[in-house]
Amino acid sequence: MAVIETKNLTYTYPGGAKPSIRDVSIKIEKGEFVLITGPSGCGKTTLCRCFNGLIPHFYQGELKGEITVAGLNVVEHPTHELATHVGLVFQNPENQLFALSVEKDVAFGLENLGVPRDEMHKRVDWALKLTGIYDLRERAPHELSGGQQQRAAIASVLAMQPEVIVLDEPTSFLDPLGAKKIFEVIYELNRNTGITIVLVEHRLDLTAKYADHIIIMDDGKVVLDGESREILSSEEARLIGVGIPKATRLYQILQKDGIKLGNAVPLSSDEMAALLREVLKA
Amino acid sequence: MIEVQDVYFTYPNGVDALKGVSLTIKNGEFVAIMGENGAGKTTLVKHFNGLLKPTNGSVLVDGVDTRKVSVATLARKVGLVFQNPDHQLFSETVEEEIAFALKNFGFKEKVIKKRITWALNLLGLAQYRKTSPFMLSGGERKRVALVSVLAWNPKILILDEPTIGQDYQQKENLRQFIMQMKAQKRTIIIVTHDVEFVAECNPRVLLMREGRIVTDGDAQTVLTNPEILTHASVVPPQIAQIFIRLSDLGLPKNVIDVYEAREILLNILKEHAK
Repeated sequence: MAVIETKNLTYTYPGGAKPSIRDVSIKIEKGEFVLITGPSGCGKTTLCRCFNGLIPHFYQGELKGEITVAGLNVVEHPTHELATHVGLVFQNPENQLFALSVEKDVAFGLENLGVPRDEMHKRVDWALKLTGIYDLRERAPHELSGGQQQRAAIASVLAMQPEVIVLDEPTSFLDPLGAKKIFEVIYELNRNTGITIVLVEHRLDLTAKYADHIIIMDDGKVVLDGESREILSSEEARLIGVGIPKATRLYQILQKDGIKLGNAVPLSSDEMAALLREVLKA
Repeated sequence: MIEVQDVYFTYPNGVDALKGVSLTIKNGEFVAIMGENGAGKTTLVKHFNGLLKPTNGSVLVDGVDTRKVSVATLARKVGLVFQNPDHQLFSETVEEEIAFALKNFGFKEKVIKKRITWALNLLGLAQYRKTSPFMLSGGERKRVALVSVLAWNPKILILDEPTIGQDYQQKENLRQFIMQMKAQKRTIIIVTHDVEFVAECNPRVLLMREGRIVTDGDAQTVLTNPEILTHASVVPPQIAQIFIRLSDLGLPKNVIDVYEAREILLNILKEHAK
């Protein structure tokens, strides 16, 4: 069942000369891990703002076409109602954090939903531990480093336990090991709880291996949409300027040299190393 | 040249961000500072343009102690592009944003116009000349912040997380731009978590952890040593991961470049086929 579905979705910001997204028709199934990528300014963030109703309820402008999220018509349902179904982690954590302590920030959404106190504590602690910032819970968010703020922003959405979590470059300020841990947490959440993940990322090196489904946008339009390996092995993806993972790239380069390493294109260094090992040991 | 001599820095809230950093960056060097969140990377580079002054120790830029000159004087020589463009941008149009510093430095109107055009073309922003920076995407704002510093052509350029929100093509443009600056003997310092970008640029790499520099070496050596990387919360780039994993089969461990990887593998596979 599709948890997010758009039909010919087109949106122009107030005062915008042309639409930021054009004729976007996509389907995201429940439980999928979807990666949305494409050149900077291609409309990825704008599309995400439609998923939780920030467009059209907060940003004015002109929205055409259809969008349904968790069975709700986004245009007809207010943001606070959509927020219980879709959590959005912004690109810039400062746009999201505001409370006097990390713990209060993470609890804020739950308080608004009227979650009982015990349950609230449980969920806040769970989210803080999962994101590795439990020890920072009493610190003021604005005193934290960029990476720590990013974890706090993710924790505040995790605590809400929505059906869909949309993350817009959620680890851009995190150190590589921290980013890896966050992606692993998100991936495990997806596999264990069936929560749908929509991840906007440029760095496919770090994320391609988690995705079931990749959507590539360019100039406001969806240009490629399908199963991850299929999309990344296409020449088109590379030409649009998507950063193909280096392991995938090495496979492709060797293939052009006439070296065939199994049928499935690798999405991670582990997969590539395994393919090479097979050939080298033969 | 930047000389950092046993620098300690404590924030007003009591956090010790730097705990004895010593370092020399020569003119024309290209340095990447990496390491875990909160390790003191941004704090360190804020010392290079005098935005922060050491609590103990000293920082000399071309022999001048940063405590003895104003940030405005240092800024002409040392340009710092912040991690978060929203900390930097404030003008109503991209053009005004770039013009602001140039006007303050006393450039002539005609020169300012020329510099703006040059800077906008450099990173593909020409069509946004009259646009409000706040209408742009995160990645685009990042580039506006960058060109607004590039415009006055500082001798030392510090970029804090320049690749955030940038797509592959823009990273490639940025890399080529850095190489161009390097060829002109300008000093470039980047603070970054982007291991793949560093692997492609091959600079001198400094790893920081808990307010100290723990490793200092060339990218090929540092990025292929998993133990020291893990210690600083960095992971090896993908090509290095592949070669480290296969080192038991006699493959070299210190490979970070995809084309070098291709050469090595082609040779080994040719041998293998015999």
